[in-house]
Amino acid sequence: MCTSFMGELMTATHNFTTGTGNTFKAALYFASATVNAATTAYSTTGEVTNTSGTGYTAGGVTVTNGTSPTATNSSATAGVAYWTPTASFQWTALTVNTAFDAVLIYNSSASNKAVSVHTFGSQTITAGTFTLTMPSNTTSSALLRLSTT
Amino acid sequence: MDTSLLEHRPGSLDNDVEYTTWDEYYLDGELVHRSAHVTLKQMPSLVSGTVETF
Repeated sequence: MCTSFMGELMTATHNFTTGTGNTFKAALYFASATVNAATTAYSTTGEVTNTSGTGYTAGGVTVTNGTSPTATNSSATAGVAYWTPTASFQWTALTVNTAFDAVLIYNSSASNKAVSVHTFGSQTITAGTFTLTMPSNTTSSALLRLSTT
Repeated sequence: MDTSLLEHRPGSLDNDVEYTTWDEYYLDGELVHRSAHVTLKQMPSLVSGTVETF
């Protein structure tokens, strides 16, 4: 989770409400790029580009938000709020021969401010499909979790 | 293309962060197709987001 995002939650910068909330997007980054907790906004620097073809478009894909965030208490003093996109991110007819290993989720309705960065084992794709499937939307595995203990 | 000439080399990776599968196809030793499917298991903790005190 990007540090700037946590601060922006306190200024109502991001709205994850299904249907009426902001639009979020997901962009892929090369393994050589620097995207981490200090990332504050989407940038084309280090973003995946096509080795050939047009399978990847700068800016990435739109995130499907079919379920608003959930907040639940686990005790009188602890609880968790969580959210997960409701569809996989997918790129087809893709050829990227340089290794990529990260996806940045960002808010395209709010000056492309960063939400979170998620890393995975380095991948290349040759005339194929890359699919990134989300974890289960639960208190312990949701993509975004804010908790008190 | 005669698909019988293609050599299929599938693979997978399973760890705490992801379950990933891939399919590679080679023609005369040259990679002609590679697809991958990454399933995230949980958020890699760049920052946990956990508040330690109530």
